[in-house]
Amino acid sequence: MNTELIGVIITFLVTILLAVPLGKYIAKVFAGERTLMDFMNPLERFIYRICGIDPIKSMNWKEFLKAMLTINLLWFVYGFILLIYQGHLPFNPDGNPDQTPDLAFNTIISFVTNTNLQDYSGETGATYLTQLFLFTFLQFTSAATGIACLIALFNGFKEKTTDKLGNFWSIFIKSITRLLLPLSIVLAIILAFNGTPSSFKGKDTIITLQGDTQNVSRGPAAGMIAIKQMGTNGGGYFGANSAVPFENPNYFTNVIEEISILLVSIALIFALGFYLKKKKLAYVILGVMTFFFILFCINNIYFETKGNPEIDRMGIAQNIGAMEGKEIRFGSASTAFWSVATTSTSNGSVNGMHDSLMPLSGGVVMLDMMINALYGGVGVGLLNYFIFIIIAVFISGLMVGRTPEFLGHKVEAREVKIAAIVTLLSAFLIKGGTALAAYILVHHANADWAEKPSAWLNNPGYHGFSEMLYQYTSCNANNGSGFEGLGDNSTWWNVSGGIVMLLARFLPIIGPVAIVGLLANKKYIPESAGTLRTDSTTFGVMTIAVIVIVTALSYFPPLVLGPIAEHLSMHAH
Amino acid sequence: MSNSKASKLFEPSLINEAFKQSFIKLSPRYMVRNPVMFTVEIGTAVMMGVCIWVAAGEKTQGSLAYNIAITAVLFVTVLFANFAEAIAEARGKAQADSLRKTRQDTPAKKVELIGEIFMNEVKIVPSSQLKKGDVFLCETGDTIPMDGEIIEGIATIDESAITGESAPVIRESGGDKSSVTGGTKVLSDKIKVRVTTEPGESFLDKMIALVEGASRQKTPNEIALTILLASFTLIFIIVCVTLKPFADYANTSISIAAYISLFVCLIPTTIGGLLSAIGIAGMDRALRANVITKSGKAVETAGDVDTLLLDKTGTITIGNRKATNFWVDEQQPEKNFIEACVLASLADETPEGKSIIELAETKGFPRPVIKKGQANFVEFTAETRSSGIDMNDMHIRKGAFDSIKNRVEKAGNKVSAYLINKTREIAGNGGTPLVLSYNDNATGVIELQDIIKPGIQERFQRLRKMGVKTVMVTGDNPLTAKFIAEKAGVDDFIAEAKPEDKMIYIKKEQTGGKLVAMMGDGTNDAPALAQADVGVAMNSGTQAAKEAGNMVDLDNDPTKLIEIVEIGKQLLITRGTITTFSIANDVAKYFAIVPALFIVSIPSLQALNIMHLASPQSAILSAVIFNAIIIPMLIPLALRGVSYKPIGASALLRRNLFIYGFGGIVIPFIGIKLIDMLLAVFMR
Repeated sequence: MNTELIGVIITFLVTILLAVPLGKYIAKVFAGERTLMDFMNPLERFIYRICGIDPIKSMNWKEFLKAMLTINLLWFVYGFILLIYQGHLPFNPDGNPDQTPDLAFNTIISFVTNTNLQDYSGETGATYLTQLFLFTFLQFTSAATGIACLIALFNGFKEKTTDKLGNFWSIFIKSITRLLLPLSIVLAIILAFNGTPSSFKGKDTIITLQGDTQNVSRGPAAGMIAIKQMGTNGGGYFGANSAVPFENPNYFTNVIEEISILLVSIALIFALGFYLKKKKLAYVILGVMTFFFILFCINNIYFETKGNPEIDRMGIAQNIGAMEGKEIRFGSASTAFWSVATTSTSNGSVNGMHDSLMPLSGGVVMLDMMINALYGGVGVGLLNYFIFIIIAVFISGLMVGRTPEFLGHKVEAREVKIAAIVTLLSAFLIKGGTALAAYILVHHANADWAEKPSAWLNNPGYHGFSEMLYQYTSCNANNGSGFEGLGDNSTWWNVSGGIVMLLARFLPIIGPVAIVGLLANKKYIPESAGTLRTDSTTFGVMTIAVIVIVTALSYFPPLVLGPIAEHLSMHAH
Repeated sequence: MSNSKASKLFEPSLINEAFKQSFIKLSPRYMVRNPVMFTVEIGTAVMMGVCIWVAAGEKTQGSLAYNIAITAVLFVTVLFANFAEAIAEARGKAQADSLRKTRQDTPAKKVELIGEIFMNEVKIVPSSQLKKGDVFLCETGDTIPMDGEIIEGIATIDESAITGESAPVIRESGGDKSSVTGGTKVLSDKIKVRVTTEPGESFLDKMIALVEGASRQKTPNEIALTILLASFTLIFIIVCVTLKPFADYANTSISIAAYISLFVCLIPTTIGGLLSAIGIAGMDRALRANVITKSGKAVETAGDVDTLLLDKTGTITIGNRKATNFWVDEQQPEKNFIEACVLASLADETPEGKSIIELAETKGFPRPVIKKGQANFVEFTAETRSSGIDMNDMHIRKGAFDSIKNRVEKAGNKVSAYLINKTREIAGNGGTPLVLSYNDNATGVIELQDIIKPGIQERFQRLRKMGVKTVMVTGDNPLTAKFIAEKAGVDDFIAEAKPEDKMIYIKKEQTGGKLVAMMGDGTNDAPALAQADVGVAMNSGTQAAKEAGNMVDLDNDPTKLIEIVEIGKQLLITRGTITTFSIANDVAKYFAIVPALFIVSIPSLQALNIMHLASPQSAILSAVIFNAIIIPMLIPLALRGVSYKPIGASALLRRNLFIYGFGGIVIPFIGIKLIDMLLAVFMR
């Protein structure tokens, strides 16, 4: 028990310690300073030349977003075609079939948007070709897309007044060549040495202890697992994700993977401090996020290590906590920690079933995704947090009697309007989606569909409600983890999930980048004694208040009907 | 702010008018301007329908009495919000009317135009018939009928009706003091005035329009806040609409009354209801401080001002330089020296000259009477840079050190080392030395000093804490300017300033991203007033200056800028704090209503009923009642404004976040519980 807790604490501390130098390195890379990775120069120049990119040409916010959206659209088309024909294409030793159009729609969106929802199972639903040249590829590019848009924000605030946010292509390529690729190579090697397969051979056969013959899937997995963690993607090679021994062989790899889930997201916060030379601002942001993170960890670790009261009532000892849906080699505390880490960062890989979490832990991981800015996905987490900052700046600016401003730029009606729309969007998608599903389930349970709505849920009651709420929350947060228990490979869930992922990915990127573009273009106002400092603890508290009251509390009703009602009923006996 | 003029917040006559207005404002065409309250009005309308439905026999929506109670509370919520706006308007109008009253229906002596020239053919017409460009006459005892500019003559004028200041002022044609205001009274002499504004377009009329709802333009900050509040409203629409399928899933039926109550409680009605009242009250506060603003934006901008340009004379120092000391040379009799100083200043009409005689009088040297022809007064010229008197065989001169030294040395005498040192010392202290020569001997020095207004240092200190940089503008030489600047505690100064220097300075500050405020009265100030973000023209100033600025100060008080800045800040702070309070209230309302909605079908949710409210219905009713009565309870705060404390932005945020944020979380828990306890008595 105590050792488990110490393991978790050490994991978190090591993450923070590693994130500082990494953040410094990221700041250097994008500031164009000399770094260790400068040997990548020729490769980058080669890519620029064959793609006809002028890496020096800086873009304004509209050009920047146009470039970002164009390339993402291209991948969408490329991936969709690949998926619906994968069965007929090479590198398919297991002979897996084509994906159906609705599944392919969902799958390609889920990878382009950094979600990795995976309504298919890797062993049967994908081929080595799509795993490697589509999924793994998109895991790099979608992560790099997020990072590039965040760097645009950095650039907007670096100059006093500018309309240039940097060159999308150059930032995008550098985030792969100098950040994601090297980190993933290191992680992949560690995993491979611990037993994760990295082979092009088809299924292996083993004879179990009982004497049965069993087929065991394998493939080029180590590389994909590395980038799935580093790029907050979360899409595993195998269906059961990091709970599978091949993806996450032992406690050591578990710790390493936990670190890599959080590492880049946290490092980007430090990078903000180094890049803008505003370390205090970075500390305040990190502080607010960590405040929630630790609170959530305490909740989940408490409930998971305490065990299930229903099992207690049966008189069964559960000294090692609630172990249903958890791997014995990771233990309940570490799995609880992972559950918070993976939902904080929009990663979505799991090393245990979230469906089996205690109700309040399940509620917390949903809340974590509803906020979706506590570290958040690489790049996009800070962009989401930026929206909270804008709202907090606006209200607190008024409170000190000054037209609100952030980093020397006045926040006015247009910026507030964009921030408001982005805030509205997630409320609309999560609650609207769940409401629609609940409506169909109640009123048209036996609709004449390929998969009847009445067959969607594995569990009735509050838990069933949580399954639906979780699915849309996960799609909206581009998280990709599932509560499972939901019949999600059906037309309804594939299509509605796909739409939610798509909207929830790109609007919350376009919004903040547009705000940055608008703000950066405004006259710079030097700081005075009357200026509200956004790098103060007070402002941090204000941001916490905005996150809790404006965002978190608006999910209070559905959370009450799902996890909270389940928890209270479970303890009411 | 001038407290003498502050009336009670709720005068009975105003209340009646506001009460009437709050019903008139129920018109949807008007309500739609305020999205938050408009949704409440729609909710009320829906509830009225539900009441009729229930009365007609519908059983699933709860009792008729309960539905009527909810409907009534919602209706009252809208009324309260309208009342807040109406009372703010009524107060502003009352204030403006009292100013306007002074100028109505005064007989005007209009000068008739015959052919192309004005003849002194005077016709008495009511002031309301005067048009722009007309000319009228005013003689002793007349009330000036309209704003205008003196084109002929000079007069002393009593402006107490407008400014409350009883000392008469002098206005004359040409120059910077040619403007007169309608409603003021000529005390002596006769002036010819040209009307400068069309009837109904004077600054006062514009100001009245600003506090009246119809033509009130929303300010940029108000627009942004309205957008934010509208988006919160949308978020809560989503919360409430999606609750229906959620409840269906949970097999719970929720009455329409409960949905609408939840919605109305969650949307920011408190700030939505008070928002326009806050804006109007800000304008009204400016008016009470005797400042007429041409737009609401100007008041808001004033709160953001970074740099304040202040004229030295009249703002930082009292009037002009004054003689403060006589320093007589060693081995000279002091009595003779002071007498000589008095004689040399007799014909000196400058304030400095007069102050020398005043100082001598306090030292017991009365003003001597000198008959005409007895003496020859020597006027100040730019060449001699000295003035004085020749009488009998006395030649007395006073002037700048250099000029007197020249004169003395030409006569073969020397200035003593004591006087040389004394002059240096005075100059080093920010004073101006005037050396006196008696028959070409330097006998002593008169020290002239600027008198810094008492208390001005504290005001600048306050401004510095607000983050406002103060800049003193003066015609003095840099040395003197620097000394006074340091003594008064201003941050910067412009010495030997020419009118265009102000303009250059303002532009420089603005390029650096700063907002600049300045006050001016002369025509040559007009370009700078127009350039400044906040330009306050003095009422006594020229028409050009008044047109160029965006505010007019009726008191002609140069320190008024400081108050204007505070009024602007107060306006924003009041909006911010009540918004925070309003949103923070939601925490308690969630805990009151959400358990109440589901407690019947999910009994275990009783654990969430942390306030232990008596029943689901009483819980919902208590929440809407609290939501309604908090609006009138905060009206005084909205009208008076949240006080501004110059303690630095972070400390201020901490303070307001604690009072209005933390307070906003706690107070509704207490309030709803109390209302519920009261309701439980009736509902049993």
